[in-house]
This record gives sequence, structure tokens and C-alpha cells, in this order.
Amino acid sequence: MEKFEKFTGIAAPMPLVNIDTDMIIPKMFLKSIARTGFGKNLFDEMRFNRDGTEIADFVLNKPQYRKSEILIAGDNFGCGSSREHAPWALEDFGIKVIVSTSFADIFFNNCFKNGMLPVVLPQEQVDLLMKDAEKGENARMSVDLEAQEITTSDGDVIKFEVDAFKKHCLLEGLDDIGLTMEKEASITSFEKAAEQARPWV
Amino acid sequence: MSPKTLYDKIWDAHVAHEAEDGTTLLYIDRHLVHEVTSAQAFEGLRMTGRTVRAPEKTIAVPDHNVPTTPGREDPAQMTPESRIQVAALDTNAKEFGVHYYPVSDVRQGIVHIVGPEQGWTLPGMTVVCGDSHTATHGAFGALAHGIGTSEVEHVLATQTLIQKKSLNMKVEITGKLMPGVTAKDITLAVIGETGTGGGTGYVIEYCGEAIRDLSMEGRMTVCNMAIEGGARAGLIAPDQTTYDYVKGRPHAPKGAQWEAALDWWKTLYTDEGAHFDKVVTLKGEDIQPVVTWGTSPEDVLPITATVPFPEDFTGGKVEAAARSIEYMGLTPGQKLTDIEIDTVFIGSCTNGRIEDFRAVAEVVKGKKIKDGMRAMIVPGSGLVRAQAEEEGLADIFIEAGFEWRLAGCSMCLAMNPDQLSEGERCAATSNRNFEGRQGYKGRTHLVSPAMAAAAALTGRLTDIRELM
Repeated sequence: MEKFEKFTGIAAPMPLVNIDTDMIIPKMFLKSIARTGFGKNLFDEMRFNRDGTEIADFVLNKPQYRKSEILIAGDNFGCGSSREHAPWALEDFGIKVIVSTSFADIFFNNCFKNGMLPVVLPQEQVDLLMKDAEKGENARMSVDLEAQEITTSDGDVIKFEVDAFKKHCLLEGLDDIGLTMEKEASITSFEKAAEQARPWV
Repeated sequence: MSPKTLYDKIWDAHVAHEAEDGTTLLYIDRHLVHEVTSAQAFEGLRMTGRTVRAPEKTIAVPDHNVPTTPGREDPAQMTPESRIQVAALDTNAKEFGVHYYPVSDVRQGIVHIVGPEQGWTLPGMTVVCGDSHTATHGAFGALAHGIGTSEVEHVLATQTLIQKKSLNMKVEITGKLMPGVTAKDITLAVIGETGTGGGTGYVIEYCGEAIRDLSMEGRMTVCNMAIEGGARAGLIAPDQTTYDYVKGRPHAPKGAQWEAALDWWKTLYTDEGAHFDKVVTLKGEDIQPVVTWGTSPEDVLPITATVPFPEDFTGGKVEAAARSIEYMGLTPGQKLTDIEIDTVFIGSCTNGRIEDFRAVAEVVKGKKIKDGMRAMIVPGSGLVRAQAEEEGLADIFIEAGFEWRLAGCSMCLAMNPDQLSEGERCAATSNRNFEGRQGYKGRTHLVSPAMAAAAALTGRLTDIRELM
């Protein structure tokens, strides 16, 4: 996984609440056995007509948002299925950070596994960022994970919380499985004890 | 010792390692695998030279892509991509030596129906699967939840998951249910109350007399949709109903091991005075047969209600409701029972078990579905199908005009050929009514099996109590 570096990018506003994983990447695109290439189908039914032409008023089709790297989204973003294809599609499109008042649990965890940062903020701060994002390509926000800060185009600084372990993994680009395998001895001793306590498992 | 919740007890019994900040390696007792979310994980193992740590605790079955029409052994029934995905699971299951139920096996079916049916799911276990409806297994008092593909790879390689503990939420359903009200109505009513984000950050324990009174199958329906309420997992404490269901299943413990297991299972309940961070209480007698009108499972109303106005809502939900009503082709103020239905889908991990089919048979026996109605019944497993045939249910369905299918996820998520066409309106016993879920621009109303059966007969959303 690549290290999560400080960056400045365009933020796209998506104020709709309950944006679900079927919207982010519809099921007909889940048939690939690869991890890449999902970006072209991101938000497919919102973004494209059936004949493949673009729906002009969808935010990521507007000229000023085509290179967005940040999404400012409505409440409960990513609800629905466990499909990691959702963060894969967002990441493949170029989205690195999503800001909302809340995220569905599985989607939230999936983001971190793919070098993406979901940021939870109170409603008034999401509203402020949403307004900023509505300014289009002039609204270039900066995200600094190390300092846990988002800086708006007007220079307002918003602090955010992030789990210390997840932050460390993002900043260093660490592979979870490798880290867990370092604790092999703990797992083995747990297995031995559990085998005694619950031999039927 | 301070009193513990059921969730606390199962969690504590599975901590393989805990860091100072509470980041925990939770040991996983059962890992269920299907074809859509596992190929990249197995490939990851291959690329890093890793193996499956506990193949004996890993169970794979293809379900999402598989056709449910007779003659599905013919590869032409699947798109090339679906074929590749199912073939990849075949190969991976063999190569890594995990338990496997291929399409040709009578035990094949939806992963969340096969697990309990075969006795893989037992009380007090930790169960994960790359599928959000893993919550189903919580009905046994097992801590069960969905994970993404990276986590699937992590569990395959290490048999653990990196977790932080969730908060505890209690959902109590007091008293008795009224006639015509089912487990599906309970679980939808709870989501209507809490919203689809209301459970975010929590593990729910469902309790109360109305929950105790449910069969195991009803309990699975309730826990299945805990995820639609945003919860990491739903749990119901095991009791005699649970033990009776589990006993004698192929992978359930036997003899002295059964007795030892039972001793432990009987300790799996929430202690008197244990702390819940959030409590929701509904009276069983207040729950009506319900239906969804919108494109979020929280858009729930009693069947006797009318389509709401966007202005009835606040905040971001005003725009979302307006969008839903337009997408669903409805008019605010319209009676829900006036909504005409084109298609009925009965099945899925929510309602694809034998009791669901018995409920449908009771409604449609000796009757015919409405002219022009497309109605299909898709069993959750090959064994459910066989049992329904043995009990004579299949004949009732076929005589009534239903298509009687083979086992799979089918039109719940429409990854296989079973899909809605543009504007087609469906009464479905599945779990999600999202835009496009059952097919591009398809319209879904979530209901109980009995309500779906009633809609198939009348051609509109129908209050089951009118037919009782």
C-alpha cells in the first residue's frame, strides 16, 4: 500500500444522504476477479445513461469536478453491502478522502485497507466543507493526516479524529497481514487454549 | 466481576492479542466464503506465498452468480465473467483445501443458509464472511459480521481480524405479536425506528418475549437485517430453541462434546445489570405488517399507511425522500395498498428457509397468482428445496403459478440472470430496496413472505390480514 501523503485537491459535493454501495458500484461490475479497473464504473447509474453517455448534471461529470480527490458526502455514506469494490472504484477514480457525518462500518474499515481516509465530522463542519466544495475547482482543500487537519480554500482549519493505529498504517503504507503475522505466537497460544476450552469448535 | 453483556462474553472469549490502545486481534471460529468477494483475497495469498491458516474452519459455496433455473449445469446460462468467478472459487477451494459445496452438490445454497443448516454455525462462535448479511448467524448467539475482501485475505492468512470493540445496544421487543405479523415485520419496524445509520458503531442484542417466541428461522430473519440498521452485528442469546435446532446437524458436536458445549452455551446471556450504551424498546403488539415505500430500508410504513410527503422529513432526508418517491414512481398521499405490483420475489438469506415457504403455501394454497404476474420462489439451499418438495409445498407453488427455482441469491441482488427491467415493480422478501438493486431502474418493496404471497394473488401491495 502506498503511504498517505499530505495533499491539496479538488473536493466534490455529494450532499445526498444514505449513498449506498449499490450506488457507488452496481453489482454487474462485481464480476471481475481483479482489484483494479473499477473507477470507470464508479457511481455508474448516477453518472451514465444506458447508452454510455454522461449525465451532465452529475457532480463528477461537471468539468470542475472531473479530477476530484475529495468527496464531501451526506450522512451514512457507504451503507449496504461489504463489497470492497466500492472503495476500489473510488480509489481508482482518484478519490483519496471522503468526509461525512457518518459512514457505514464495513465501508469505513475497507477504506483504510486501500490507503483511503474516511473523515467523520459534526454536521456544521461538514456543511462548511460542503459550501466550500460547491465553489468548484477553486475549492482546493488540503488534507494533512499527520496533523489531522483539513484546510479549506478560505484557510479555515478543521481538526479531525482518527484511530491511532489506522493513522499509523496509512501514513506508513503498512500491510495489515504482515503486522498480524508478527503476532503469530499469540495466535498459536490462543488456538491451543481454545482447543482445550472449546474442543468442539 | 462486573456484569457482562452477551457481546462482551463472546468478545472476551476470542481475544488473541490486545494492544494498549484496545486494538484487538479477534480469533475467528468460522470463515464463510463465496465467489464474489474472495477471488482477490486468494490471489493475494498466492502472490505473497501465504497459506490458509485454518482450512478446516473455512467453508466455501458459490451463491451470488449462480443461475437458479433448471439446467444450470449448462455453462451457457452464465455470462463469461460469472463463469470465471465461480470457476475461480472451485479452483481456490481445491487448491487451499477448504470445505466446499459446489453448484452440483445438493447442499449448495446461500452461504448464510448453508452455514446454519450444516451445523457450522454454533452459539458463542465468531463468524465472518465477505458479505454484509453474515449478521444472520447472530441468531445463534454467535458474533457474526460482514468483512471486506482485504479482511477476507487477513482471516484466510491469520484466522484473526483486527478489531476495536463496538458499543452495546439492546433492542427489546416486548409482549406478543399480533396475527399476520412476522419476524420480517419486527426487523423492518426496528430499522424504521432507528434509521439505517442508527446502529452504526454498535452490536445489537435483540431480546424480549416476542424475540424468545420466534423460531430459529425467524431469529435469523431478524438478525439478518441488523446490517440494514447499520449495526456491526445482531445477537440473540441461545436457549432451548437454539439447542434443539443445532442438535444432530452434520457439523454440530456430538456425545460428550455436545454436553461440554451445552454447558458453555448456557452461560451465554447478558448478566443482570450489564451496561447497554443504547436501548430501543418496541411493543410487540404495536408492530403492524409493514412494507417499504422508498429506496432505503428505513423507509418503512405499516401497510395501512400512505406514501409520505418529502416535507414530512427533516434535514438531508427531505431531498432523499423526494428522490426516492420519484424513483419509485409514487405519489405522496397514495395508499400503499393501491400500489400495483408486476413481480414477486420470494427467497434470499432473509427469507429463503422452509418456514418462509410454509407461510407462503398457507396463503396461496388452491389459489392462482394474478394474470400476468411474474412470481418466483427461490429456495435458500438445495436441502430447503428438497424439503419443500417432500412437504408438497412445491406443488402448491407450481399450481398457483409460481416459478419454482434452484438455490441461490437470485433476484435479491440480481447478479445472476434474475433481474427486474426498467420500471418493473417488485414485492420482495429480500433485504435491500436500493436504487437499481434488483435491476437497473427496478423498483423494490420489501415485505414478509406472507405479504409477498398476498401481493402475488391480488396484484397489489396487500394487507395480509385481509386474506386471513
